[in-house]
Amino acid sequence: MLSIKNLHANVDGKEILKGINLEIKTGEVHAIMGPNGSGKSTLANVLTGNKNYEVTNGNVLFEEKDLFDMDPETRAREGMFLAFQYPIEIPGISNATFLKTALNEIRKYNKLPELTPTEFLDRIKDKAKVLGLDDTLISRAVNVGFSGGEKKRNEIFQMLILEPKFVLLDETDSGLDIDALRIVSNGVNIYRNPNNAFLVVTHYQRLLNYIQPDFVHVLYKGKIIKSGGKELALELEEKGYDWIKTEEFETENAWPESE
Amino acid sequence: MEHKNVNEWYVAKFKSFEDKLNGQSKSFLHEIRKNALNSLAELSFPTNRNEEWKCTNVAPILKHNFIPAMISTVPKFQQDEIKPFLFKDFDYHLMVFVNGLFAEELSEIGNLPKGVVVDGLNRIIKNNPDSISKYINNLSKIDNAFNALNTAYSYDGLVVIVPDGTILEKPIQVLYLNSSKDDLVLSLPRNLIIAGKNSQVSVITNYRGYGDKTYFSNIITEIYIGENAIVNFYKIQNENDGSYHIEKVQAIQKKNSVFNHYNINFGGAIVRNDINTLHDDQNIETHYYGLYLAHGKQHVDNHTFIDHAKPNCMSNELYKGILDDNSRGVFNGKIIVRRDAQKTNAYQQNKTILLSKTATIDTKPQLEIFADDVKCSHGATVGHLDDTSEFYIRSRGVPQELAKSMLIRAFANDVIDTVKIEPLKEQINHMIFEHLHRVEIENEQ
Ligand SMILES: Nc1ncnc2c1ncn2[C@@H]1O[C@H](COP(=O)(O)OP(=O)(O)OP(=O)(O)O)[C@@H](O)[C@H]1O
Ligand SMILES: [Mg+2]
Repeated sequence: MLSIKNLHANVDGKEILKGINLEIKTGEVHAIMGPNGSGKSTLANVLTGNKNYEVTNGNVLFEEKDLFDMDPETRAREGMFLAFQYPIEIPGISNATFLKTALNEIRKYNKLPELTPTEFLDRIKDKAKVLGLDDTLISRAVNVGFSGGEKKRNEIFQMLILEPKFVLLDETDSGLDIDALRIVSNGVNIYRNPNNAFLVVTHYQRLLNYIQPDFVHVLYKGKIIKSGGKELALELEEKGYDWIKTEEFETENAWPESE
Repeated sequence: MEHKNVNEWYVAKFKSFEDKLNGQSKSFLHEIRKNALNSLAELSFPTNRNEEWKCTNVAPILKHNFIPAMISTVPKFQQDEIKPFLFKDFDYHLMVFVNGLFAEELSEIGNLPKGVVVDGLNRIIKNNPDSISKYINNLSKIDNAFNALNTAYSYDGLVVIVPDGTILEKPIQVLYLNSSKDDLVLSLPRNLIIAGKNSQVSVITNYRGYGDKTYFSNIITEIYIGENAIVNFYKIQNENDGSYHIEKVQAIQKKNSVFNHYNINFGGAIVRNDINTLHDDQNIETHYYGLYLAHGKQHVDNHTFIDHAKPNCMSNELYKGILDDNSRGVFNGKIIVRRDAQKTNAYQQNKTILLSKTATIDTKPQLEIFADDVKCSHGATVGHLDDTSEFYIRSRGVPQELAKSMLIRAFANDVIDTVKIEPLKEQINHMIFEHLHRVEIENEQ
């Protein structure tokens, strides 16, 4: 589904991603963990086409197509979705207008007919129920006046409405209490199937209890320095990142030319 | 020097205008005209040296020799030709003016409550001049040559009289269509609205151009709002790039009255609005809502004024603008709180979004407060479309142009949302959409 090769990216002229390699296959869930500032959100922004993030090297294939040939909206229509770490408030645009416009654009691109108003409304009601969101939310402005938790739930709500193939969750669990975490994870698990894939960015192993990953990667200073199964998350929870950092340090010393 | 010639041009044309009045030159209005003609000969058209016109250069208007509509040929329109210009899907009394002259055959006034007058000024002068003699030209003072020009040639325009205690349920839609084959037409509507005690009325003025010929609308609108009356006055101006448009609104409010003024400008070569309201008693409410969209080399100037002369009144003003390309916006919001006007609440806000590096806005709040127990605030912001929001919307599959236009409409929303007639609100929204997408198409070329 997604193949990342030697990805380098700059923010404000500073190199943040320093050669990422990652293969994500259909049906898989990958988790990325790593300390603050290691480049997790940068990766998410690069993959979704935020123009503030400059790709300097490497390539990414999304379903065999060159990702960097596509603008953000095309990536979305091809099935990519990012649940933002900090969802954006948009005063003056209702969730209904926002989602209807997005959904119709995606459907148009995929040569599907627009949903009728009733079909759209049914879908909204259905998915709102899954996430325990109030029906009235749909007429409110996008994320305006939403609590932190509501914003995160709204991202997953959007995911369920738009039905993407590849989903990036950027710390969707941060700031959620245990009930909200359960609801959000449930939303993800309901949606998870053999035809889609997830890349889950988190600091906490507890999310991975609910959304069980197939692979866990550690991102540190712009590189994936360790990969493993879901037990790696438990190990990180227990020991922190220091033990890997040490390994990394040693690695760098052994092959100084790699820097 | 050039300006002097302009005055002479319009003074010289007066003779042929007068000849066309046949008989009417004995009316009281003609005295008003002749006085105004004297002023026109003496007053100069404003220049940038005039503080009130500092940011708006009217020289492009003055370099044309416009022909007052009365002495020019008036084009004939069929009902179905004007249809596309009308706001629809609600009931209204329709008044149509072509080049500022009442087009009776295109108007559909329909049934009016007893005593209500909705008519053209010229017909009133012929049939019942006494009904307006105390009112017309009583509020508006001639303070520049544009006002003098309108008054000297005042002949037709909208007249609405709503008697005491009468509520006009349906709004009055007034289409001002400007068009000509050959001449550079000068359209000079002279509007008068008199809302009696305890009355209610809504007027939608709709200024449009037919074709792309250059013309000039120079308008004066006087509005009397009686005790406990409610007047909703909408102005939607959507004209071509060669049109010049100047309107002065002069309103006076009595005790407990409410005046809502909506001013939506889609631009023209030069658009200038002066909207002035005087509070003549206590417990008055005034709301000014404005939205201006301009692109290309358009110039839109809104000068608003609320004269808080009496205690316990409130005014609330929200003006928003969206400027693209090389367009220029001007906002000057003047509020005077006079010494007697204790317990005044006055709020004013002006927000502008610049869509290009070359668009400019001059915004100036002008608060003069002479009372001590008042609550007044004002604010002006100038910004750009938010990149992060744009990316968020695009990341959901929405193309860039549409994402931008959604954000712009969202920005305009708190102004548009105050429009009380739902279908009108929708159609204004649609006009904004069309306007923005035309902008996009032009950008791509
Ligand atoms: N828009 C930006 N402008 C400037 N610097 C940025 C920007 N975005 C990220 N950075 C910098 O890039 C580095 C990586 O940031 P990034 O947000 O990718 O980290 P992260 O791994 O997501 O961290 P966190 O766990 O705190 O979310 C940091 O040093 C950060 O300051
Ligand atoms: Mg982050």
